[in-house]
Amino acid sequence: MSRLVVSDVCKAYTGKNTTDSVVALQNVTFTVAHNEFCSILGHSGCGKTTLLNMIAGFERLTSGKLLLDETPVGKPGWERAVIFQDYALFPWMTVYENIAFGLEMKKVPLKERTYVTEQHVQLVGLAGFEKRYPHELSGGMRQRVAIARALAVDPHVLLMDEPFAALDAQNRAMMQNEMIRIWETERKTVIFVTHSIEEAIKLSDRIIVMTCRPGHVKENIVVDLPRPRHEEDPAVTTLKRRIRSLINKELEDESCTAKKNGL
Amino acid sequence: MEQVVDKAQSKTLKVSVLSQLRNLTLLSILLIAWQLISTKLLSESMALLMPPPTALATAAWELIKSGELLHHLLSSLKRELWAFLLAAGAIPLGIAMGWWKIVHNQMDPLIEILRPIPPLAWIPLSILWFGIGDSQNVFIIFLGIFFPILLNTITGVKNVETNLIRAARCVGANEWNVLRRVVFKAAFPQIVTGIRVGLGVGWMALVAAELVGASSGLGFLINDARTMLRTDIVIVGMLTIGVAGLLIDVIIRKLSRRLLPWSVGLSK
Repeated sequence: MSRLVVSDVCKAYTGKNTTDSVVALQNVTFTVAHNEFCSILGHSGCGKTTLLNMIAGFERLTSGKLLLDETPVGKPGWERAVIFQDYALFPWMTVYENIAFGLEMKKVPLKERTYVTEQHVQLVGLAGFEKRYPHELSGGMRQRVAIARALAVDPHVLLMDEPFAALDAQNRAMMQNEMIRIWETERKTVIFVTHSIEEAIKLSDRIIVMTCRPGHVKENIVVDLPRPRHEEDPAVTTLKRRIRSLINKELEDESCTAKKNGL
Repeated sequence: MEQVVDKAQSKTLKVSVLSQLRNLTLLSILLIAWQLISTKLLSESMALLMPPPTALATAAWELIKSGELLHHLLSSLKRELWAFLLAAGAIPLGIAMGWWKIVHNQMDPLIEILRPIPPLAWIPLSILWFGIGDSQNVFIIFLGIFFPILLNTITGVKNVETNLIRAARCVGANEWNVLRRVVFKAAFPQIVTGIRVGLGVGWMALVAAELVGASSGLGFLINDARTMLRTDIVIVGMLTIGVAGLLIDVIIRKLSRRLLPWSVGLSK
């Protein structure tokens, strides 16, 4: 079981003066079920990446609790593998070496390591590219390597930080479909940070809509639609409209408060 | 089809050879002018100070034939190599300084005081410490190589992308593996740059060190030739120093391109 509980999480960055301090997240609470695909949706600056970094163990929480299978999350570890927007592949390693890296760190015996690595090369559709270096690959292929590297260590949770944001529209759509295929083959609990409503709807079982300054959960939406989901599907368009109005309202509110404050 | 390709290839080859030859025009004119001035215009005593290229060629051939040039070149190279091996200690030190703040804070004042002192300023003290000979020379060259490697390593380590370190940690790498497998590798191109700069500075320091404190080496050769007014040998020695310095740099560049095929892609 890999259940993630986010409970009353707050994050504040303290500056030199108290006025410099910024509250990035306030009382964020939600639960992600075992093998659930959960998107965290919000504008840039709403603290969604901060939240992901805290789940990964890169940053500490100011207060609140983060529990993975009833245990508080600590330092970064293979149970919570991360996929970054900029891929973060090791440029001096080949595709194969990149994917095998985590297994090596986990001290998996060579025979099993080879087997698991090859299996994941296949899974992400990179057979034949094992000996290439990252700089020889396109953006989409690099992200496939990153996905394979993260999945190879068999993490309990897969954390994805706007993984397809750097890709062009065509590649992004293709990688989203690939992501669903991969996830259906190798079920995982996934936390997927994005600012694209369409992307969130296309992929997720659950969408956490976040609002800005300080970031908190505006709405926790369960998406109970069969995959693949088509853009023209009325259920999808209704949901899209609903989320858009949630987010737009937030923007309006913000400009209202800004006006009130004379900014 | 193939014929067309062949033709195109031979054409580009011809063009590139031609353009390379064209680039040598000025140099050739200068050499010819030099030859004419030394042999026709200058008086014999003046020509002694400015021997013509042909005289240099003769001197060079003599030095090569007798093995003298090779002997001096090798002893210079040997010193440079020894100094480099010692100065390579700057790599682990630089990694430690770039990685752990406490090491940086402790080492930094010391290094900031020592670094601006030119290696040549150490020559008098080093002669008193080591006497005249190899160890003194190696010490001076070592100082020349050490600091460029150290500073470049520190910068390289500090500039390693945070996400690469995070990516390693989140698939289970411990501190030692992060340092060895990620930080060192990611900083390596910058370390190689440090080595290139360092060997260049070291090579300059080497000649100066040999001018005053050696009985062999290219620096010794040109200074020794000066006392006998053999300007031809002096100039041949100078050219050898230049060519050898250039070759060291070219070899390291080629080697690093060979060893770091991925860093070429990085710089794109």
